[in-house]
Amino acid sequence: MSRNHVTTTVNGDEREFLCSPGQTLLDALRDELGMTGSKEGCGSGDCGACTVVLDGEMVCSCLVLASEAQGRRVETIEGIAEGSQLHPVQQKFLENAALQCGFCTPGFIVASKALLDKNPNPTETEVRYWLAGNLCRCTGYDKIVRAVMDAAAELRQERTAA
Amino acid sequence: MPDLAYHAPDTIKQATDLLAANKGSRPLAGGTDLIVQMQSGRVAPVAIVDLKRIASLKEIREEAGYFAIGAAVPCTSLKNNKALVAEWPGVVEAANLIGSVQVRNRATMSGNLCNASPAADSVPALVAAGATAIVTGASGEREVPVEQIPTAPGKTSLADGEFVSEIRIPRQQKGGSDAYLRSIPRTEMDIAVVGAAASIVLDASGTCTSARIAVGAVAPTVLLVEDASKALVGSKLDDAAVAKAMAAVSAACNPIDDKRGTVAYRKAMAGVLAKRVIQIARERAGGN
Ligand SMILES: Cc1cc2nc3c(=O)[nH]c(=O)nc-3n(C[C@H](O)[C@H](O)[C@H](O)COP(=O)(O)OP(=O)(O)OC[C@H]3O[C@@H](n4cnc5c(N)ncnc54)[C@H](O)[C@@H]3O)c2cc1C
Ligand code: FES
Ligand code: FES
Repeated sequence: MSRNHVTTTVNGDEREFLCSPGQTLLDALRDELGMTGSKEGCGSGDCGACTVVLDGEMVCSCLVLASEAQGRRVETIEGIAEGSQLHPVQQKFLENAALQCGFCTPGFIVASKALLDKNPNPTETEVRYWLAGNLCRCTGYDKIVRAVMDAAAELRQERTAA
Repeated sequence: MPDLAYHAPDTIKQATDLLAANKGSRPLAGGTDLIVQMQSGRVAPVAIVDLKRIASLKEIREEAGYFAIGAAVPCTSLKNNKALVAEWPGVVEAANLIGSVQVRNRATMSGNLCNASPAADSVPALVAAGATAIVTGASGEREVPVEQIPTAPGKTSLADGEFVSEIRIPRQQKGGSDAYLRSIPRTEMDIAVVGAAASIVLDASGTCTSARIAVGAVAPTVLLVEDASKALVGSKLDDAAVAKAMAAVSAACNPIDDKRGTVAYRKAMAGVLAKRVIQIARERAGGN
């Protein structure tokens, strides 16, 4: 079977991998690059556990072909914390107990950060609609929404302080 | 599984050459249908021709007579074009009911059309708007009303090697607007049980001079209900005219019975949604 050679930027670093033409970006991240933070819940675009940011827009990496990433920028859950310094979204997920099994969490965190990067002051309704493509079987969503609202407040404060 | 090839051409010419040279190849737009279908084994193309590296297909052009929406424009980008949102709010809303933000950042209206699902959300709105598709192939282009692209669930009128390069939506007329609504069991992330779109033009006296009503998920393809137009044009969209249009919509439906809705429910709901979209389009058009 033929393999495509792909060069792409992942979390700011140039990365290269070989993939089969039908392989998804999710599988390439996990199996070729060993970045197993992005999860496969469904493989069909329904659960959002595989959410990554591709050229500035969040997408389901299970519905992107790895070959499409050639020359593009991919941001994954692995790039959200700065070293051991958690991003406010991550910190607030911990403080609000917004996770139980944790399988959905990488997708929720990437999606929540993508929202706050675009809209630092979302309403609860906006948060809920934005996260409609992320499914959680454990938490009942309420704690997740509260964590995102808290993170938004903290980020706004950090911005005014800076 | 036969060897699959992935191509990412830079020009329309390269894309049509690749599609023509590889029988059994498929254009790839957002992949939100195609990749799901490939994963489940429902389709097994020999080659994928990714349209997203063709610069001209990623643009929305505002021409004097129409908006041209390139085949690689994702649904979320439609919201950034102010003129389009002002003139065709219903089309933009319909496209932005599809899936989740993650899905809409990839999904295109051309893909929604060419996937040929009877429940495709943007298609009734495009049909009501009088949109056309530019079909491009090795021998050139042809312009086709969007309602003639899907022919049956999963089937289109496109010949081998042809693809939709852009969708054209006429510039809105003075006193005109549109709306789309769908009925789903949830508030997000579900397939329409019924969808209805209206595009209405009113003159200065509030008389309806043009009306196009289209419904989805109630027949093998999206329906343009001409009898509903007849009931509305020339009226002031009074209750009697709207009731006639509702009856025409219900009568035109030929739905399936499934876990999402019975035949009777879908027919009745199609009429109800038609009434609501007529009302919204009329308010947006400046009527009351
Ligand atoms: C989780 C989820 C939720 C969804 N929810 C909805 C919903 O609410 N409403 C709805 O209507 N749909 C929904 N969909 C289906 C899908 O997102 C839409 O149909 C979308 O518009 C498809 O566009 P695309 O660009 O991703 O198409 P693709 O998957 O790239 O292509 C779809 C088909 O059309 C062909 N094709 C694509 N572009 C062209 C072209 N320019 N010319 C010729 N053929 C072409 C492809 O070869 C393929 O056969 C959902 C999908 C997912 C995964
Ligand atoms: S694994 Fe991609 S959406 Fe579920
Ligand atoms: S914490 Fe278990 S699925 Fe969300």
